[in-house]
Amino acid sequence: MPAVLETKNLTFTYGGNGPFRKTAVSDVNISIEKGEFIGVIGHTGSGKSTLIQQLNGLLRPTSGTVLLNGKDIWADPKKIRQVRFQVGMVFQYPEHQLFEETVFRDICFGPGNMGLDQEEIKRRAYEAADFVGLRRELLEKSPFELSGGEKRRAAIAGVIAMDPDVLILDEPTAGLDPHGRDVLLAQIQNYHQRRKNTILLVSHSMEDIARVADRILVMNHGKAAMLDETEKVFARGDELEQMGLRVPQITKIMQILQRDGYPVGSGVLTLEQAIRQLAPLLKSRGCIHAE
Amino acid sequence: MLSDITLGQYLPGNSVLHRMDPRVKLILTFACIVFIFVAGNFWSLLLMAALAVGGMILSGVPVGQYLKSLRAIIVIVVFTSVLNLFYGSGDLLFKLGVMEIRTGGVLNSVFIAIRIVSLILFSTILTFTTSPTQLTDALERIMKPLSVFHVKVHEIAMMMTIALRFVPTLLEETDKIMSAQKARGADMESGGLMQRAKALIPILIPLFVSSFRRAYDLAMAMECRCYHGGEGRTKMKSLHVAGLDVWSCCVTGVFFAAVIVSNIFLPAFL
Repeated sequence: MPAVLETKNLTFTYGGNGPFRKTAVSDVNISIEKGEFIGVIGHTGSGKSTLIQQLNGLLRPTSGTVLLNGKDIWADPKKIRQVRFQVGMVFQYPEHQLFEETVFRDICFGPGNMGLDQEEIKRRAYEAADFVGLRRELLEKSPFELSGGEKRRAAIAGVIAMDPDVLILDEPTAGLDPHGRDVLLAQIQNYHQRRKNTILLVSHSMEDIARVADRILVMNHGKAAMLDETEKVFARGDELEQMGLRVPQITKIMQILQRDGYPVGSGVLTLEQAIRQLAPLLKSRGCIHAE
Repeated sequence: MLSDITLGQYLPGNSVLHRMDPRVKLILTFACIVFIFVAGNFWSLLLMAALAVGGMILSGVPVGQYLKSLRAIIVIVVFTSVLNLFYGSGDLLFKLGVMEIRTGGVLNSVFIAIRIVSLILFSTILTFTTSPTQLTDALERIMKPLSVFHVKVHEIAMMMTIALRFVPTLLEETDKIMSAQKARGADMESGGLMQRAKALIPILIPLFVSSFRRAYDLAMAMECRCYHGGEGRTKMKSLHVAGLDVWSCCVTGVFFAAVIVSNIFLPAFL
């Protein structure tokens, strides 16, 4: 598979050459393939946000390059807007960016900026609204009348409507209730499967990441500490804990069971997988009755 | 980034000036600014400039910071100085068409430049060594007598504190919203005046909304802590005039006296 996004020696320093300069991202070399679902984890201040803002050209790297489909995105700075249409970015608390009179018009803002014709803009806006599960009657309301969760969906739809090849989401589920989180995550997953595009999801919830990601990028002190398949990353629990991270609780439980000699497999990431392994074990020992 | 604004920025420290009572500092700064205009000849102005330089050294703030804040007004200084070059009597130095530069004009423009620079220096010393909270605290105390005339001194001071407190927060917020709209392809760098003004709408509306949200949250938080205005409110850090302040008043006073004396007894120009 060809790499859709690639970084070469990517480095970003805040504060220019001043006395307060701080290197937020240093020498990051990653390669993301088309159609992948990447989870990005790292403790606060590890350079996640700075990294992802360079991937769509909101920040210009101090040194190094970002390659989108093999081309340096800063080759022609005048065309950086085109890059932003191809690499969609949903910020933390994206509902704070809503501004139009109606939800529908706000969703149309992105595609409108792309210079598409009216029919296409409408089509994309409705499609995006469907992806995030916004009911039609909400679309004609003012975005400020919506509930918190609905606002979040509307804002995400505004980015999805641009139909980006790569979609970056920075903690899309932060501040939502547990049900809202599950639904939104399932919608993102569903969108990924239907559109077959590339997704980068930044999250502090290891459970969320374990559920959806094919591979995980671990950021630590501005460096890309790991970029590997989800099971392999979560198998390195000790290293993650040293970086102020952890593995999903269920993975940890299964790791302990395995260490204590129970016949369970490693690399269990979700509750469903754990149940599938544990139920036969419990049945065979007569702890629960077969049903 | 929008965060490189130095005007009125407090630089924490523990110098003599940092430790002074903010009320005294505020009044002295005001008096110094008045005396810059009282100073009518080079000698008295140089005295005030020396006082400003003395203050700069005492503040313990690196000279570079002062130069940075002066850079913001360099255009004004140059503009007024150049304008003043052409006004003045004395020997003719240079002539180009109707433009004449005479010695008096040169002296005038130097005089004005020193005046403006010292003016900025005094106010910069104050803001570099006094935190916004201290400053509004001082203002509140100084204006206290006005409450006899039903001026809501405490409320005004509180409003100023809140306004100052939220400047960096709102700058950060603006930065975030701008990034979010740019990510949706907002184009703020090209187009005519109208187009650019229009491009501000997606930034201003969310900013407005979030300001209201913050104001509402802050009001709630203040009420939760039983804030009810200035009446009967005591200060955690009550202000005291100490020996240091008396000393600084004396020193500045001597300078002021010297300015008046040299104004009267020394010739207008050198």
